[in-house]
Amino acid sequence: MIIDLPSTTTGDINSELVKLRKEGGVITLGRVMTLVIDATDADAEKAIATANTASREHPCRIIVLSPREGGDTLDAQIRVGGDAGASEVVVLRPPAATMDHADTLVTPLLLPDAPIVTWWPALVPLVPSATGLGAMAQRRITDSKGELNPAAVLCGLSDGYRPGDTDLAWTRLTRWRALLASALEQVRHAEVTKAHVRGDVNSPSILLFGAWLRGTLGCEFEATYDSEATGLVSVVLDTSAGEISIHRPDGHNATLSQPGQPDHVIALPSRSLGECLAEELRRMDADPVYGEALHEIVHCS
Amino acid sequence: MFGVTGDLARKKLMPAVYDLANRGLLPPAFALTGFARREWDKEDFAKVVHDSVKKYARTPWREETWNQLSEGIRFVQGTFDDPAAFAELRRTVEELDEQRGTGGNHAFYLSIPPSAFPQVVTQLRESGLSDPKDGTWRRVVIEKPFGHNLETANELNDVVSEVFPPDAVFRIDHYLGKETVQNLLALRFANQLFEPIWNAQYIDHVQITMAEDIGIGGRAGYYDGIGAARDVIQNHLLQLLALTAMEEPASFDAADLRTEKEKALRAVRLPEDLAASTARGQYAAGWRGGEMVGGFLDEEGIAPDSITETYAAIKVEIPNRRWSGTPFYLRAGKRLGRRVTEIALVFKKAPSPYFQQIQGSDVGTNALVIRVQPDEGVTLRFGSKVPGTTMEVRDVTMDFAYGNAFTDESPEAYERLILDVLLGDPPLFPRHEEVALSWQILDPITSFWATQGQPEQYRSGTWGPASADEMMARDGRVWRRP
Repeated sequence: MIIDLPSTTTGDINSELVKLRKEGGVITLGRVMTLVIDATDADAEKAIATANTASREHPCRIIVLSPREGGDTLDAQIRVGGDAGASEVVVLRPPAATMDHADTLVTPLLLPDAPIVTWWPALVPLVPSATGLGAMAQRRITDSKGELNPAAVLCGLSDGYRPGDTDLAWTRLTRWRALLASALEQVRHAEVTKAHVRGDVNSPSILLFGAWLRGTLGCEFEATYDSEATGLVSVVLDTSAGEISIHRPDGHNATLSQPGQPDHVIALPSRSLGECLAEELRRMDADPVYGEALHEIVHCS
Repeated sequence: MFGVTGDLARKKLMPAVYDLANRGLLPPAFALTGFARREWDKEDFAKVVHDSVKKYARTPWREETWNQLSEGIRFVQGTFDDPAAFAELRRTVEELDEQRGTGGNHAFYLSIPPSAFPQVVTQLRESGLSDPKDGTWRRVVIEKPFGHNLETANELNDVVSEVFPPDAVFRIDHYLGKETVQNLLALRFANQLFEPIWNAQYIDHVQITMAEDIGIGGRAGYYDGIGAARDVIQNHLLQLLALTAMEEPASFDAADLRTEKEKALRAVRLPEDLAASTARGQYAAGWRGGEMVGGFLDEEGIAPDSITETYAAIKVEIPNRRWSGTPFYLRAGKRLGRRVTEIALVFKKAPSPYFQQIQGSDVGTNALVIRVQPDEGVTLRFGSKVPGTTMEVRDVTMDFAYGNAFTDESPEAYERLILDVLLGDPPLFPRHEEVALSWQILDPITSFWATQGQPEQYRSGTWGPASADEMMARDGRVWRRP
């Protein structure tokens, strides 16, 4: 069900939500968190669809801020039931000029006491925790993928890092990191001398991967960018015990090679945005490993 | 009813009278006489009542109810200093006694500023209106503010009690007429589940919040010099505190209930360092709830150097057996995040070394929240394991909402209170002792604030000034986000 509320106030939106809950029982207060989406510069519909997918794992209230040019009133839309996945969605379309007060706009709609996660699908704020929407949140999720200069963006995030920040470029590495970690377990005493990562041009994930490898293994790192590739293609670790590598030429199935073992073929498809978001919503505490990796990003001036 | 042309009379009182009539709770002989300066005749007044009832009544419009009610409606025009008008008022109600058989019982509802009380009360006495004949009663209903400190509250009480005995004075605190507030008594004493843990051993602290999302509107004249603490903490919040903190009364009779409330209020102590345990603020301009709003100091009728607070937070202690070590934090303000009134009992952390270690900072802090308005109900918050292989705990809520459990709408607070006045049933009305006790609690704070210059500014739509958060942080606690 979609309810349009043109030229409205948050007070009216709240009474509408309470009414829906009374009449249809479609909304409960039992949700465990509020997901705030700052859809500035983003395709709001796409962001909502992604969040709806993630909400199947984490029922939540989703508040989407999609500023519009011009106008001086707030338009809103409430989606519940089939139009909102396993959540309730409130889409707010305030005049862009008022986005400085985005925090007080969403405040009345936040679930009492429940943790807040703020997600920026497109825009990467310089210091996420210093924005109004970021300051109120326990978790701040940015997405540096698609930025023209990912190194500069990551450097910025590194300078402004506060526990609770994460970037989806980091989330996209989770499975790769897990595979490497378990492969290294097998050759516990081997020293890693160099790491090679190959992937698409302008990939912030490669930078974070490199920073993490350097930081944890103390090895050299070399990145190769391939304009033909989508996502990560391969990672190779030179170790004293031999080569450990993961190759994923087709973007779906990967081959894991490690010393003394036959090659394994592993399904390692590129993860959808929804899956990445769902993973980030799984934990409300900070991800210190991400913070350390960010800290290792080189070329920051 | 004095002050029938006022907002309260039109929006709340007259609709409540109609709703009562519609629910069949008023005697057929009921009559309503309005008294105001405006030059109306009976028909004009009936029209005003008609319109306000149609617009604001809770129950559906029924022509026959209205016809029946309107037969008993009268209007007397006059000023408060005009003895002739009061003589006319007396003639009118006596005529009603005869014609409608009201039985000579009269309740005077003073929906007027306290400054007019002495005049009206004196006129009531001199015109003989306040003297009951044998077998009949006279009651007077007054609205807050009951003074603006202990001294003025006493003066006001002297004026009223000179004419009316204490049990004929009904002080309206409309919060006490709310279903949820009465439910607080049921929750505590009709259940076995809560009362055993309702004490300092289990409860870390209590937060009582009354937040409004609107500003002062056109009430600058009333609000300037009064402020949030006098406006709502003195009456509503301290009443809620008393009901939360008191012991079980021997019965729910007015006298027993008051005794317990007074005991609780009398046990309240203020911390020694008022600077560290209170906070106040004034709302500044901002964008609130989808509308651009100005600051308090820009409001019409407010001086740019006004020191009146629109946000007040105080910490009090009740060092008795039940509550020693469990502070009560009260906060009230305008232009805050959302409109909400609630009582939150925040429990201590579970004394489990394992869970204290793995939990995040706030997880597993149980809370019982009684939502007084809007969306009345009770929420219980507790930790639950997140599905998965790791022992991770996240807070979840169990929720009871009146709207879901009982489809019969709760009557408006004023319906209940007006009915209680007519029945002479006083448990929900604070007596002067309670009023005086709450001023005793608040007076040191307001006089301290008076020496502290202008309050801190907070952006409209936020949850108050930074100093309020600092006040909690000093105790290692945080305000809940309602």
